[in-house]
Amino acid sequence: MKIALFITCFNDLLYPDVGKAVVRLLNRLGHEVEFPEDQTCCGQIHFNTGYRDECVPLVRSFDQAFDGFDAIVSPSASCATMVRHHHETVARHSGDASLVASVAEVSPRVYELSEFLVDVLGVTDVGAVFPHSVAFHPTCHSLRLLAIGDRPRRLLEAVSGLELVELPGATECCGFGGTFAVKNADTSVAMGEDKIGALIGTGAEVLASADTSCLMHLGGLLSRQRSMVRVMHLAEILASTGPAR
Amino acid sequence: MSGSPAGREPLPTFAGTPPFPEAARTALADEQLRRNLRHATTTIRTKRGRAVAERPDWEALRLAGAAIKDDVIARWPELLTQLEANVTAAGGIVHWARDGAEANAIVAGIVRAAGATEVVKVKSMTTQEIELNEALAREGIEAWETDLAELIVQLGRDLPSHILVPAIHRNRDEIRDIFRAEMGAAGRPAPADLSNEPRELAEAARLHLREKFLRAKVAISGANFAIAETGTVMVVESEGNGRMCLTLPETLVTVMGIEKLLPTWRDLEVFLQLLPRSSTAERMNPYTSMWTGVTPGDGPQAFHLVLLDNGRTDVLLDEVGRQALRCIKCSACLNVCPVYERVGGRAYGSPYPGPIGAILTPQLRGIARHPVDEQTASLPYASSLCGACFEVCPVRIDIPEVLIQLRTQVVRQHGWRARTFGEEPVAMRALSTAFANPGRLDLAERVAGGAGRVVGRRGRIGRLPLPGLLGAWFRRRDLPAPARTSFRRWWRSRSSRGES
Ligand code: SF4
Repeated sequence: MKIALFITCFNDLLYPDVGKAVVRLLNRLGHEVEFPEDQTCCGQIHFNTGYRDECVPLVRSFDQAFDGFDAIVSPSASCATMVRHHHETVARHSGDASLVASVAEVSPRVYELSEFLVDVLGVTDVGAVFPHSVAFHPTCHSLRLLAIGDRPRRLLEAVSGLELVELPGATECCGFGGTFAVKNADTSVAMGEDKIGALIGTGAEVLASADTSCLMHLGGLLSRQRSMVRVMHLAEILASTGPAR
Repeated sequence: MSGSPAGREPLPTFAGTPPFPEAARTALADEQLRRNLRHATTTIRTKRGRAVAERPDWEALRLAGAAIKDDVIARWPELLTQLEANVTAAGGIVHWARDGAEANAIVAGIVRAAGATEVVKVKSMTTQEIELNEALAREGIEAWETDLAELIVQLGRDLPSHILVPAIHRNRDEIRDIFRAEMGAAGRPAPADLSNEPRELAEAARLHLREKFLRAKVAISGANFAIAETGTVMVVESEGNGRMCLTLPETLVTVMGIEKLLPTWRDLEVFLQLLPRSSTAERMNPYTSMWTGVTPGDGPQAFHLVLLDNGRTDVLLDEVGRQALRCIKCSACLNVCPVYERVGGRAYGSPYPGPIGAILTPQLRGIARHPVDEQTASLPYASSLCGACFEVCPVRIDIPEVLIQLRTQVVRQHGWRARTFGEEPVAMRALSTAFANPGRLDLAERVAGGAGRVVGRRGRIGRLPLPGLLGAWFRRRDLPAPARTSFRRWWRSRSSRGES
């Protein structure tokens, strides 16, 4: 199986450790991973904000970069959603039949990390060790569009030493919402503050999620409030083999 | 709060509501409002979940509801003509109104011809949309709302903030104060020792309203459904005030949006299961009134049906957006919306708040045909696209999909207008160019990594006094500093060292 890592522009620049964790994890499970260097951005920011024309070249370059792989694995549920659900809309919008065809070819091969581990590789125990208490935030796109369900939970429950704590109101949006976070900053912050209020009430040491974008928002609030709770991507926990540094 | 009688001063309207982010900021600062909203929405959300879970065929009902409504819209002219013919045959009079002004003039004419100077009203979103009460007031006709929550809003000279529970932003103490201060000027006063007990509040409203029901010659209602096949019009409600209005006065005027149509009687099987469970979390609502034209010697002896377009046929222009016409105004989407829960209904600047307002209002205001004002253009962005609304919508309106579609229209119409969008369009284009080319992206990442080292401290960027959208991030949030080495650089150095 030829596996590509789709890092996402966001992780590439702000959270490279998440990408490194995916590589470490998949290598440990015995799989080679390639990183097609021509990859950039899936176009989600443009698409969701209404810049559909500007999104077309990004869809095209995505398909070129990832042509020929059996599985394209991403540590971002929302970017995986963009490719799987919306690239087709963009391609149709472009009126370019060859783009529609290449999207039909490439998009279905994109997997969010936990889907890839559980559904394709068939593992839930990835041999990780992480002796900390963790609250998991199931992000909206992972929950309602990709429908990855309890896959991340099953993976976390199998991690040695990890204590999974219930996050009250877990399925409620954290308020990030892409450009919503800046266009409606006050509402976004109000939603985020309710979420971290619930989080702090659990006493968890770590907040984990399948999307660093939501973690950037919640982590930004926690950091401003000088909270000790750390935010970590699911991949970093699954790649871990001991206490967090 | 003004102490003057209802109907003397100009009534408040949604006109002049600022764009959503600004209106939301004001609402967010109101702690009482946020507590009331949180309590009310979480309660009804939980109840709805239970009521829906009782139906193993819920998903099939949703699919059927969506299919029936889509069929209505596909056969609109034919079904509307059928409805008109059947209402007329049963002794009713059908009027067609292109917009709110036409509808309001028709209604005022009917009230005047009946020799009335006041009307009682059944709760109706459509008459709020066209600001019928305000139009009647200008003609010297007083319109009394008889739904309890609408009465609270009207007496408080307030604006509604929820489709089903218009006074959701008020708590018991506030309601008692409004009743004590305002009821007297509008009719029978509230008892001087009125407490904040729900039973006492309801009793005061009941006595106050009873006078009006018995006196009124004309009633005005909306409609939940109208059956083309039989010409039957229908109102579902909880309090019985609707039943009073629909049966006691001599003349009944119903103002109905043309999307409220259903083809056959049998379709009610689907909608009478979907609507109560979605809106009040009940298996069945307490009062369901149906009437077909006029029945001699029983109920109103004159019935007028005003069929209102007011932008609805414009909504058809957008193939994605037109699913909004399926809406049965159940308000389930409001109750689960995390944005609505925090800012309330009035920030949306129309009687249709929450997710449905964000997609319906811009379309009714003609966004598919011409540029809209700044407030309207801000509505499709009033969402984090979390998708909770789509999950509960009984007629499967994919609200996030429509929001994104409308954003595309806003960008097309306003994209380069600095006042609406600031630096955003320039940034979006620059990003698109950088992202379409990995070399340029790599360069941009190196620049960002360098800048991150300058402004960042221990891997994070704290308060940055930036203007515009970027500044909005930093007011209450930090940002991780861009990495010294991007993933792609790390990968390259790793490959060149021959690791795998
Ligand atoms: S959009 Fe759907 S959930 Fe919202 S009010 Fe209309 S029918 Fe109800």
